[in-house]
Amino acid sequence: MADNKEVDQISGTETTGHEWDGIKELNTPLPRWWLWTFYATCLWALAYWIVMPAWPLISSHTTGLIGYSSRAQLAKSVAEAREAQGAFLDRIEAASLEQIVADQELLEFAMAGGGSAFAVNCSQCHGSGAAGFVGYPNLNDDDWIWGGDLEAISHTIHFGIRSDHDETRFNEMPAYGRDELLTPEEINDVAEYVLSLSGSGEDAAAAARGEVTFAEQCSACHMESGEGDYELGAPNLTDAIWLYGGDKAAVVDTIANSRAGMMPAWTGRLDEATIKQLAIYVHSLGGGE
Amino acid sequence: MVEQAVVENTTAGVTAEPGAGVERSDAEPVNKKERRSLYQKRIKIYPKLARGAFRRWKWVIMAVTLSIYYLTPWIRWDRGPNAPDQAVLIDFPSRRFYFFFIEIWPQEVYYLTGLLILAAIGLFLITSLAGRVWCGYTCPQTVWTDLFIAVERLIQGDRAARIRMDKAPWGAEKVVRKVATQVAWIIIAVCTGGAWVFYFADAPTLAGDLLAFQAPPVAYITIGVLTFTTYLLGGFAREQVCTYMCPWPRIQGGLLDEESLVIAYDEDRGEPRGARKKHSHPTDLGDCVACNQCVAVCPMGIDIRDGQQLECITCGLCIDACNSVMDKVGLPRNLISYSTLANVERVRAGEKPKLRLIRLRTVVYSGLIALVGLIMLFTLITRADLDLNILHDRNPLFVTLSDGSIRNGFTVKIINKAHHERTFRLELEGLPGAQLSVVGAGTDPDALTVESDTLASFRVFATVPRETLTDAAVDVEFRVVDRDSGSAITHGSVFRGPQ
Ligand code: SF4
Ligand code: SF4
Repeated sequence: MADNKEVDQISGTETTGHEWDGIKELNTPLPRWWLWTFYATCLWALAYWIVMPAWPLISSHTTGLIGYSSRAQLAKSVAEAREAQGAFLDRIEAASLEQIVADQELLEFAMAGGGSAFAVNCSQCHGSGAAGFVGYPNLNDDDWIWGGDLEAISHTIHFGIRSDHDETRFNEMPAYGRDELLTPEEINDVAEYVLSLSGSGEDAAAAARGEVTFAEQCSACHMESGEGDYELGAPNLTDAIWLYGGDKAAVVDTIANSRAGMMPAWTGRLDEATIKQLAIYVHSLGGGE
Repeated sequence: MVEQAVVENTTAGVTAEPGAGVERSDAEPVNKKERRSLYQKRIKIYPKLARGAFRRWKWVIMAVTLSIYYLTPWIRWDRGPNAPDQAVLIDFPSRRFYFFFIEIWPQEVYYLTGLLILAAIGLFLITSLAGRVWCGYTCPQTVWTDLFIAVERLIQGDRAARIRMDKAPWGAEKVVRKVATQVAWIIIAVCTGGAWVFYFADAPTLAGDLLAFQAPPVAYITIGVLTFTTYLLGGFAREQVCTYMCPWPRIQGGLLDEESLVIAYDEDRGEPRGARKKHSHPTDLGDCVACNQCVAVCPMGIDIRDGQQLECITCGLCIDACNSVMDKVGLPRNLISYSTLANVERVRAGEKPKLRLIRLRTVVYSGLIALVGLIMLFTLITRADLDLNILHDRNPLFVTLSDGSIRNGFTVKIINKAHHERTFRLELEGLPGAQLSVVGAGTDPDALTVESDTLASFRVFATVPRETLTDAAVDVEFRVVDRDSGSAITHGSVFRGPQ
């Protein structure tokens, strides 16, 4: 640093005293507005340190004068949202499923709430669009195993299927092949017959033989017509929808080894209002009865 | 305006030529380039009142523009029972912009874009024709600064009196006048901020709420911010805004050419300048009598005799000042005048000055304005009061039903921009045999009701037998028909099925 102030002849500006090969650096002052803005931001930063949480300490941090915390902020907004929903949730809790569906306002609330509850709790198995996978029913279609009206859906959600709840929906199909209840030929014939129910069998003679076995072994649950029964949770075998696949190999496999999907009971895990909203949401997907 | 008969013989260094009758001023062009160092405080400017044609114009334009700004929110416009009756209203909560007979929905903000484009090119055109007339007469910064200076002049007197007052020690009169000025400025500033918020809500209601301290906080905050900026920019920053803050003077450089109107001092005629006796015309002097009146009136603190300068907002006040002087000394007017750089050269070369308005850039700007204007007019005339949007379900893309038929889900959004409820019939084209159904008890695709001025959203299922579906994706078209008027609108979509 040069102590003697030197002023550049041409620009009339002071120099910094630095010189390289005769070229001198001008000490051009900062624009006034810039400088003041800079001072203001410094002040702001200082104030921020004091007012807001800023400095990390060994095991915590400074909390600031106004005690702001983003966690508290989140808790507050969640509480506010709860509060805002409270009135609706109370009404939903008090109303029957039919009453909710009849009230446009409640219906919209329930469908939205059910949608988000579905995304959190159900989509892992049924898919985010509720279209299911092999072994996990598609909830958009009009084919139901345990019934598709509001009550039935609500019951299924409450107690699950083959769950550990006492009131769970439960049935068991015998494993005709594994337990050697039928011979492989008989299983083949029954499979042909089942396929023929929805018009896709290939071997009419086998189907005719299978019809007899079906009447003996299967019709108790699946009904003589093959249309199944909601009470027993026996799927309709005459329609175009197959939970485990509708080709011959899949049907043979089902008869030989049985199938038993499992769905947990949600009562106790979700509150009543949420289950109602879920039932209404699932019912609204397009197949509700 | 109160006429101020202050003669500037009180400030130091002012001399009155005996018998000349011309005020002389030692006004300094404080913003003259050589004087302006980078790190310098603002030097206060004391603009003197000019009298003449341009000053009168500026009063008129100030009155008109301020009236437009303050009064527009109070104009009523009847739109029927279901819509606000304020002629100009930006309604954020219900997302509408009302402008007299035009009503703009959020999805039509391109009209606003169009207006902004028109305003920008319009400004380009005006600038290339007549220079910085925007700056000189209509820019809010100019108008409000002018108003603030007028108030200051009314309370503290004209230039000389104001300078005198600033130099004088504080006394009762000085305190009263200074405080009165500040109070008047703040009142104007509050009214400015206050008028702004009326564009965003029903003005009479909001006015009542504001006075009863029941208006939303954002209204008070907006008023507060605008009060502060008006007070600061109109009372103190003034010419600094134009010289340092505003981008417009920089852009102008690219818009002006040598045929654009600028304020020009005729130095061939004026120089060498010098004082003289009335009606005497010494041959060794030009016409400029060196009275400095053009500097004294300049709100930007420059001397136009130094030539074209970035600071000059072409307000024309120096023309007025100079013409008054020329009249008094009996010389021809327009020593300072609106002229073009090309004309200065023409006169030098002995040619007649002329205005060339039709030039490549003015033609291009006019063409662009006409084009954008026509496009906007066309879309405005042909725009419907009905809009339709179709969203195909993304998950699942399709659903197989128990009888084997294929179902697709859609969200159908119908926007009814009419001010009355309407009932529509929904049809699907391009997919023979398709059945439509709408989710919701009692909703019939033949009778979808949409309230006035709303967007209604319906869940719609379309179902076809498997055999009719020839392709994994079939292009379809939804059509919505108003059951009363028969007017219809269509929107394309796609119907999906298994491979
Ligand atoms: S320079 Fe900018 S602020 Fe100043 S009058 Fe022109 S447009 Fe307005
Ligand atoms: S030089 Fe003249 S026209 Fe330009 S700003 Fe000053 S008074 Fe106005």
